[in-house]
Amino acid sequence: MPAHGFGCDQHMWRLVVPLLERECTVVLFDHVGAGRSDLSAWSRERYSTLDGYTEDVLEICDELALGPVTFVGHSVSAMMGVLAAAREPKAFSGLVLLAPSPCFIDDPAVGYRGGFSAEDIDELLESLDANYLGWSGAMAPVIMGNPERPELGEELTNSFCRTDPDIARVFARVTFLSDNREDLAAVTVPTLVAQCSGDAIAPPEVGAFVQARIPGSRLVTLNATGHCPQLAAPEETAAAITDFVAATR
Amino acid sequence: MSTGGDSENGEHRHPGKQPGEDHAAFSALLEDSAEDLYEHAPCGYLSTLLDGTIAKINKTLLDWLGYDHGDLVGRRTFSDLLTVGGRLYHETHFGPLLRMQGEVSGIALELKATDGSRLPVLVTSTVKTGGDGQPLLIRTTVFDARDRRAYETELLRARKEAELEREELKRLNATLQQTLLPPTLVNVPGLDVAAHYHVASTDMVGGDFYDLFPLSAGAWGLFLGDVCGKGAAAAAVTSLARYTLRAAAVYDPDPAAVLGNLNTVLNHEYNGHDPRFCTVVFGLLTPEGDRGGFRITLASGGHPPALLLRADGSADHLHTPGGQLIGVLPDAHIATATVHLAAGDTLLLHTDGLTEARPARNSDGDRYGDEALLDFARALAPTTASAAVAAIRDLLDTFGTGVDDDTAVLAINVPRPTSEEQP
Repeated sequence: MPAHGFGCDQHMWRLVVPLLERECTVVLFDHVGAGRSDLSAWSRERYSTLDGYTEDVLEICDELALGPVTFVGHSVSAMMGVLAAAREPKAFSGLVLLAPSPCFIDDPAVGYRGGFSAEDIDELLESLDANYLGWSGAMAPVIMGNPERPELGEELTNSFCRTDPDIARVFARVTFLSDNREDLAAVTVPTLVAQCSGDAIAPPEVGAFVQARIPGSRLVTLNATGHCPQLAAPEETAAAITDFVAATR
Repeated sequence: MSTGGDSENGEHRHPGKQPGEDHAAFSALLEDSAEDLYEHAPCGYLSTLLDGTIAKINKTLLDWLGYDHGDLVGRRTFSDLLTVGGRLYHETHFGPLLRMQGEVSGIALELKATDGSRLPVLVTSTVKTGGDGQPLLIRTTVFDARDRRAYETELLRARKEAELEREELKRLNATLQQTLLPPTLVNVPGLDVAAHYHVASTDMVGGDFYDLFPLSAGAWGLFLGDVCGKGAAAAAVTSLARYTLRAAAVYDPDPAAVLGNLNTVLNHEYNGHDPRFCTVVFGLLTPEGDRGGFRITLASGGHPPALLLRADGSADHLHTPGGQLIGVLPDAHIATATVHLAAGDTLLLHTDGLTEARPARNSDGDRYGDEALLDFARALAPTTASAAVAAIRDLLDTFGTGVDDDTAVLAINVPRPTSEEQP
């Protein structure tokens, strides 16, 4: 069950899904507010913390009667997996935390380096604003789905990283201002921490921090560079996931 | 880029000139060097490896940022040149899009120069693939977007301001609307009363109004009306109509006289250039001592007929035919009707927002209409004031966005004696 992070939608997994499907059944979804999810289901109250997203993950497991799943959480979704597995360990046979960060903001008081300051996050919000100028007018009808206008389908695939700007702002805050360092110890299911080389978003010591805090977890550093190994190195990423699945079966 | 090919075939030759002269002049103008075009183009050029490492960068971009060639090539990544926020955006949006689509265009980012300044740019990238279709490197053009971003920032600021003002306007409208309606209806001994105001749009003040108030001993006045139009101008007429009706009823409570006076006032106030008018029904309520119940005389100026829902379960329009719009003609004809309200009878006044609503979700659908409302009333009777108003509220809710005009309803009911209500 791969869960996409902040920025895009389930298309992020497009390159690894065919590889995973050789070994596993894959359940894909868009977080509420992203991709082709029902935007009317989004509310500021529910999605202003990771709890709303975490509940969604558990609801999907429950609704589809999936039995224990291997949850693959990329970036912020890794922490959704941590919270979900802490709450209902029985729903998970394992967690793969891909390029995770329990806290993006530096905490000098305890010597924790997340890589960013609160001001940096404000700057990201400005970047979001600067790139959403034309959103509401032009993109909303496309994103909302136009079954009677199939020609918009092409445009939709070209816009999978676009989200309603209000929703994106709230999700950006949740992503970059959440602090889940204390939640890591509550994970009891087998866990693989897979970090990238040269990740501009999650520095290497963050991966080590996560591994050290989750009892019995294992850390691998992928050769993939950047923050999105599922795009940069789909084979390596898929292999790390399927090896883990095989080991936890 | 191809250069100079066409000048050879003579298609662009100017009359009276030799081909040779032409070519030489063009060559001079074109500075025929691809390298010079690259290095000193009016935009920044940048090629990176797939991991972002800078492989090639032109002089224009180096000059903008204050770097030397050796500082960057092979040493730094494109994302190193971005602000931290821009880097986050690059990693979470730009990069994935580029991987997925092979190109991304017109993304607004900021580059950091060596002197600490920031350069707003618009970035377009394409992935260059090898013969086997595998991606090799990323080519990026960078346009100076200082003026454009200043303009866009101004647009964003203006949009935020407009949103705030719209909120403020909504609040003002809601407040203004409240001042045009009685906060609570007065208590009339022996009468059950209820009212509801449905706001169709929070952007405009509607023109519907109603009131119920005591007159001389043992008599009450009530009215319900609809001013044509919406917004501030309509609200001014609504306000004028309300206090004129209250004052006119004290001066002479005869319902036809009250509406006659309102007609005169509107006619004088909005004479000629900007005629303002409304439809109103005004009622004079008096208890009928020995007989029980109330007697009500209704005067109507162009207003939809009231509905009378009887204790025996029947319902009908209470017609006041021929009443003319108030405020248009100097001597509007005003129709009256008098009826006795016995125990269990309910009188329901409404504005045409209800009957003009389009129940189907399709905005081209048929309007609800007087007959459908009458059927609704027949199904409802016998009822009480609060039950009738609640039923109309529910009905309006089912219409959803099909209600495009404000709607006011006012119901009065003579309760059955409590003994009758016991099973």
